This record gives sequence, structure tokens and C-alpha cells, in this order.
Amino acid sequence: MNAFLSQLLNGLDKGGAYALIALGLTLVFGTLGVVNFAHGALFMLGCFCAVTFRYLITLETVTLDPEKLSPWGQPVEVRTPLVQNWFGDFGAVLVDYSVPISILLAIPAMLVIGIAMERGIVKHFYKRSHAEQILVTFGLAIVLQEIVKAFFGANPIPQPIPSDLRGAADIGAWFGMAPHLLTYPWWRLIYLLFSGLVIGGVFAFLQFTTFGMVVRAGMADRETVGLMGIDIDRRFTIVFGLAAVVAGVAGVMYTPLLAPNYHLGMDFLVLSFVVVVVGGMGSLPGAVAAGFLLGILQSFASMTEVKSLIPGIDQVIIYLVAVVILLVRPRGLMGRRGIMEN
Amino acid sequence: MFSLSRKDLLALAIFTVVVLTMPVWLAPFGAAYPGLMQKFAIYAIFAIGFNILFGLTGYLSFGHAAFIGVGSYTTVWSFKLLTMDILPAMVLAVVVTGVFALVIGYFSLRRTGIYFSILTLAFAQMSYSLAYSVLTPITNGETGLLLARDDPRYLDALLGAQANVAGLPQPTLLGSSVAGYAGFYLCAVILILTFFLSQKVFASPFGMALRGIKSNQTRMNYTGFNTKPYMLAAFVISGMIAGLAGGLLSITDPLAGAERMRWTESGNVVLMTILGGVGTLFGPVIGAWLIKYFENIFSAINTNMLNTAFSFLPDGVQSFVVTVLSKFVGEGWHLTLGLMFVLIVVFLPGGLVEGFHRFMARLKRRSAAPERVSSVQPAE
Amino acid sequence: MNETPPNIILHAADVHKNFGGLRALSDIDLQIEEGKTHAIIGPNGAGKSTLLNVIIGRIPPSSGAVIFDGTVLTGKAPYEINQLGISRVFQTPEIFPELPVLHNVMAPAFARRDGAFRVNMLRSVGSEREIRDEAEAILDDIGLHGRREDHAGSLSRGDKRRLELAMCLIQRPRLLLLDEPTAGMSRHDTNTTIELLRKIKSTGMTKVIIEHDMHVVFSLADRISVLAQGCIIASGLPHEVKEDPRVQEAYLGGSVE
Repeated sequence: MNAFLSQLLNGLDKGGAYALIALGLTLVFGTLGVVNFAHGALFMLGCFCAVTFRYLITLETVTLDPEKLSPWGQPVEVRTPLVQNWFGDFGAVLVDYSVPISILLAIPAMLVIGIAMERGIVKHFYKRSHAEQILVTFGLAIVLQEIVKAFFGANPIPQPIPSDLRGAADIGAWFGMAPHLLTYPWWRLIYLLFSGLVIGGVFAFLQFTTFGMVVRAGMADRETVGLMGIDIDRRFTIVFGLAAVVAGVAGVMYTPLLAPNYHLGMDFLVLSFVVVVVGGMGSLPGAVAAGFLLGILQSFASMTEVKSLIPGIDQVIIYLVAVVILLVRPRGLMGRRGIMEN
Repeated sequence: MFSLSRKDLLALAIFTVVVLTMPVWLAPFGAAYPGLMQKFAIYAIFAIGFNILFGLTGYLSFGHAAFIGVGSYTTVWSFKLLTMDILPAMVLAVVVTGVFALVIGYFSLRRTGIYFSILTLAFAQMSYSLAYSVLTPITNGETGLLLARDDPRYLDALLGAQANVAGLPQPTLLGSSVAGYAGFYLCAVILILTFFLSQKVFASPFGMALRGIKSNQTRMNYTGFNTKPYMLAAFVISGMIAGLAGGLLSITDPLAGAERMRWTESGNVVLMTILGGVGTLFGPVIGAWLIKYFENIFSAINTNMLNTAFSFLPDGVQSFVVTVLSKFVGEGWHLTLGLMFVLIVVFLPGGLVEGFHRFMARLKRRSAAPERVSSVQPAE
Repeated sequence: MNETPPNIILHAADVHKNFGGLRALSDIDLQIEEGKTHAIIGPNGAGKSTLLNVIIGRIPPSSGAVIFDGTVLTGKAPYEINQLGISRVFQTPEIFPELPVLHNVMAPAFARRDGAFRVNMLRSVGSEREIRDEAEAILDDIGLHGRREDHAGSLSRGDKRRLELAMCLIQRPRLLLLDEPTAGMSRHDTNTTIELLRKIKSTGMTKVIIEHDMHVVFSLADRISVLAQGCIIASGLPHEVKEDPRVQEAYLGGSVE
């Protein structure tokens, strides 16, 4: 039972990341009608916003301390981050909390990247075939990941969890179980809450603002909205930017859980398409539900008991689910009829 | 059997000459060594096979690398278990990949459009993941499948043909070695045969049916064509050719690894086909050659070479130029590849072959322009 | 005159079709005689297209059956129905826009000769002389021979419709279904098409035509059935139908042309 619960919890935070990526992918597909193979790259860029921020904030001054000597008799180098020099303790906190704080960098950065992508390339492909959209965004994804590789190298760059948030929450104890029976790392819990918050925010935005209403109307019936004389172009740009931001912040917060490398985008892309397809092309609630569902499924498939029953299932569960769903229920869990069926 | 139109025969003749004289005309480009030319031939075969599916039917498969992988593994197993002769290896590679493609195609072709793409991608990724995990006894996981001296090679043992005593045995064709130039000419001949097959498909009623499916599936159905088996046949033929290419990769270098099945490899063959021209006979070949050539050239350039090349510039400018350019070469070659991809899809969706036709049409128009002024009615 | 009993090639027996709660077709009993041209007319929304789709197997009937020459069509795939000898012209032309006009006409001929599936790779399309000659002859008939090398997508709308007709004719179907073959055509094109259809009539091909244009109907039809609100309200020879009071009632009390 406990093993079951802890696997469930483990699947949830992964599911949160899947849901966030799939959300943006679906938003772009539903409104712009574009199949964006570069969406995974946006997640990856988000991760590297955190890396960049931490790099900037930990630029150091090196001073020699003549009082202390190293074992070789040399004065010890004392490295102090510049921010700590400038802001003292606040600077130290800044360094410690670099991951969550870099969201502040990620939001404008991802917005700019998203808008630039849409204005620069994607908008020319609204009227072209899905195959061509796939191809151009696939090329774009390669370009983005190679640029990142050129700047940050090929090795993963781990990001630390803020020191206050390390360790695990004793969730079992909260519900009256014996201590240490069911624990869950704090950061995973935070990621889960964070993803819930962002998903809620996006849905609220779509539900309660005029802009959101237009976007939802556009997802339901693109032509009519166009005929109503609403400036679709500008809204498309903003939707694309929004999707980029959602993918980006999802990436930022995920960095302590998975050290970012340049091909992370491609890895997550295949996965997020599977999520979108399972959820049903063009359905936002479907994308979210499928994200969590697949995260949990993946988590259960990697249990030793399951693996000994069906060897290798943890490696292929996601693709297996995708294949089965596509063959049995091609519209996914919540998809509408007639989307991309020809 | 050999019934090609005069135009196709001419194309085949030209193609044959071009392929067989590669060692001559590639020499000025510094690419005339057998290892690289083999790659040119093998990837051209792969792209031709992919084009039979994507070019004719419009179904975009993102899982063709899986077929390369299956062909590779089958070939190495044939070397290990049966004989070092490549004929059984190639036949087995094609047959096994064909069966594999039949199964994947049967399921994937139940859906169209992007769903088909994702299904093929999912199947390929499954094969890739399994090759690294559960199937390790067959694939030897990350190390890759290698030959060993003590492999049983039952057929060779039966015939008493024992491999050379020292070192690992080498693949042979009816007893003669296929290393070096022999290997290149082997691949070249198979490339020419594949090109011929592709010409036959393009010109045949079968190919017309495939084009019909791309153009209007509803009309095909109401015209009495059962489109499912047509698609499946195209998928299997395409897969078998990819399997053959995979087999050749393992013949020229007897090992097989799962990294050949990565989905980025599937993306590469899409890129080759697009770059050259989807649905054309020569396009995929040209695309494959260009990409493999540039990959070879660009990835070999390093900072020192750039420094020498730009040494005529003032120091500051030189280091700037070299820093920028170094991002595009060597390790950064994939960046150039990605940019090329984007530019081609944006500006020249028909690929280089279409670009060539446009260019010729413009030339013709320019030379015909003075005449048109005098004749008001263009001859139609 | 001695009447031999008519040979019924198509029989829609007791066909009903409901869409949700909506009754699209009820109690249809339609018999098509071999060699005749049978027109189905009726006001908009009478269920003409639904009837045609049920006949061709695109929509399964809620109850009842469609029998073509002794074979029940219900549940058969479109290609199987075509292979039985039924071809269809659509309301909006379904052609192969990316293929040359000539190949548009040759493809259906291959389906007729080679069946629903055959990997035919031995000979090239161009060297199939018999089919090629036949296709060129038909293109000559419909006046598109000069454009045989052009992509079909570049044809005008009227030409596309005629091309589609040619694609059906080359299959020499036993039954040809035409869904408003002249809709959207100019008077001149309409007359050419009528001439063409008259010519086919002499070959003994059975035709079912759905049509709005009474001029077309009365120039071609041997039999007319009138559909209104999903029921056949009259059926018979053109002049009988014309004088039927129920028909005039259905057309909003106006007389039929």
C-alpha cells in the first residue's frame, strides 16, 4: 500500500511536467493549428534559463587570503560571488534560491523567444501542410538545441535545490501513519504544487479574461472567430508566447530533478506528443489529465514488481500506451471528432 | 522486364555512370575514399527507399531508423551464426526487415496524417528502448553487437570453409573480400539496382495508385482501389530497402548498435529527402550525398584550420570570425544542418530538384522573352 | 407491344435512415431498371443525397437493404461496391488534382482491369497501350484531350466535373450514380454534358441522377422518382410524374416547369 502511494506520488511530479509541456503544445495546436516539434526545445531553453541565471549570479571575485595556507603553502583562494559582495546575506540567499528566482528571468526571456519564433517562422506555416509544419519546427528544434550545445557544452549541468528545501516531507505522518513510512522529497512536492498552480492559472486566464474567451472560441471554431473581424494574428503571437512561457517555467523548476542537457528537448518532445495524442488532439483538459496519467503509469511501470512481471515495460510503457490509444481510440481520451483525421 | 521509357533509360544510364565514376569525380572534392563513398551509396539507398513511401503516398514516417537497425542486427547475426558470406546476410536482412515492417505498417497504417507519424515514431522508439534493455541478449546493449572469433558460423563450418586464422573474420562475397574499393562497388551496384527499382515503381500503375492515394484517398476508394494493401505494400518495400541499407552498413563495418535506431536518424533521412526533393527520382540521392558530404567536411574542420584560413584578416576580426564560424563546424555541424533544414523548408519546399527546375524555367523564359513580344498569342 | 419483365438491377428495399431522432429516409422502396436513366428529384433537404449515400454504402441504412444485382450492398466498403460495377460522380468533383489529366482517367481503368489490389510493376503506365488509347478516346469525347498532360487541379470547375465523369465512364460501370452533374455549370457546359450523357445512354448503361435542374431531368430521364421529406411521393414515367398533383404540391404548389 505504501509502495503504491509513494509510486503514485513519484508519478505526480513527473506528470506535472508532462502536463505543463502538453498544455502549451495543445494550446498552440488548438488555436494556431500548428504542430510544433520545437516545443520540447522550449522546455529545454527554460531549463537553461535557470542555468544561465545561476551562472550570472555566481560570477565570483577571487581574493587571496594570506592568513590561511593551503597544504602546499600557498595562500588560499577565497571565492565570493559578486552578489554576496554587493548584497551581503541577501546575496547568499539569492544564490541559494537561484532556481526558483530564475523564473523571473525565464518569463520575459521565454516570451521574447516565443514571440520571435512565431513572428519569424511559424506564422508563415499556418496555411501549409502539417507535414511541412512538422519539418520546419523539427529543423528549428535542431537549431535551438545545437545553439545551446555550442554555449553550454554537451554535459548535463546539475542545479541545486535551495538548502531549506532539501530532504523529504513525511507525508505519511501528516495522515496519521507511522513516521517515515511515506516520505516525499520537498522539491517534488513543490513541483507538483507549482504545476497545479500554473495549470490553474492558464485555465483561469482562458476562462475569465476576454482574451481567453477569444482563444477558446478560436479553438472551437477558428473560421468563425476570423470572420468576426478579431485581430487573430496578434492573439496567435501572444498564445504562442504564453505556451513558450509555460514550457519554460516548467523547465526551470524541473532542473533540480533532472540535470539539464542540450538534448532534453528532443527527449521530452516525443513524450509530450504522446501525451497530447493520448489526451486528445486539441483538448486542454485532456492534455493535463493525460500528462498526470502517463507520469503515474511510468512511475508504476518502473516498480521492480512490475518489471519482473513484464521485463522492459518501464522503457516502453509510454509508447505502448500511445499505440494502444491511437489504435483503439484515435481521438484520445477527450479529443473532439475530426481533428487531424485526414 | 526492362521496359522503361526512353527518358527513364537515359536517366538510369546517366545515374549508372555517375555512381560508378564516383572515385574519379569525387577526387577533386577530397571525398574519393572508399569508406566515405560507401556511406554515400548506402544513405542514398536509404533515402530512395524512404522516398517511395513519403514521396509517393505522402505518409511521413518518423520511424524508418528502426528498419536500419533491424537490418544491421540481422546481418551481424547472419555473420555470427551462418556464414561470413554477405549474400545470405543481405537476403536475411531484407526478409527480416520486411516482416518487421509488415507488422509495424499493419498497425500504423490504420491511421493517417500526424497520427501515422506518431505511431511510427512510437514503434521506433520502442524498438530503440528495447534494444538497450530487454533485448540485450540479441543486441548486446550499449556495446553493440560485435563479431567474435569463436562465433559458431554453422554454415561455414558445414562447408569446411574456415575463416583466416589470425584476427576477426572479414565479410566476403563468394570468397572474395569486400573491403575497400570492392565494398564501394558492391554498394554502388546495389544503389543502381535500387534506383532502377524506384524508377519502376514511379512509372508503374502501382506507383500511380500510390500517387492517387496521396492526391485523393476518397476518389481512390470510390474508384475501386483497396488503398490499405497498396499502402502496406509501399511501407514494406520502403522498409525492406531501409533494411538493406542497414545490412550494408554492417557489411562494410561488421557491428550493429542501437544508436542507428535513434529517432534523430529517422529525422536525418527525412531531411535528405526534403533537401533533394520529395517525390522525385534524383532528389533523395542528391540530398543524401550532400548531407553526408557536408557532414564529413564540416565536422572535420577545427579552429586551427579556421585560423589559418582567416589569417589574412586583422587579429581582432580574425578571432571574432573564427569564434563565430567555429560554432558551425566540427561538433557544431548539426547546427549548420538544422539551419539548412529550416531554410530549405521555408524557401524551397520542393527541394533542390524543384529549385533546379525553377532555375531552368527562368532561363528558358528569359531566352524566350524576345520572341514572345512579337507573338501576341502564346502557342498552346 | 410485348413487354418483357423489366430486369431490376438495383433495389432499395424498405430503407429507413434516422440521424439521431431525425428521420432522413423512411420507407423507401426504389427499383432501378437496367439500361434506364432514373432521376431522383425533390426539394432541398428531401434526403436525395442521403439516399445516394445509402445506395453507395457510405452511410449504412438504419433498416432495410440495398440489393445490387442479387448482392446486398450494406456493409461493403466503397471499393468493393465499385468493383461490383457501380461508379459515382460527386457533387463537388473528386479527382486527383496533382496527377496529369490523362492519368486521372487511366487510374480507374486500372482498377477495373487489375481489381482492387495488384502490385503491378512490370510495365510502365505509358506502355499500357490499350488503357491509354481508351483514356485518350474518352478525353477526346469530353473535349479535354488537349489538356491531357496538365495537372487536373489546374482545370476549371466545369472541366473538373467532366473529367470526373470521364473517370467513371472509363470503368464502363453497370450502374452510374450522378449527384447533380451539372450544378454550377454554365448553360453551354450543361448542354454539352447532357449531350454526353445521351450518348452514353445508347450504350445501355444504367444511370441514377440526382438533379435540381428540370431541364436536365426531362432531357434525360426515363423514370423519375420524387422525394419529399424522406419519402418517395411519386414514381413513374416523366409525363406521369409531371402531372402528379402530389409532386406539384411538394414543389410549393408551383407547377413543375
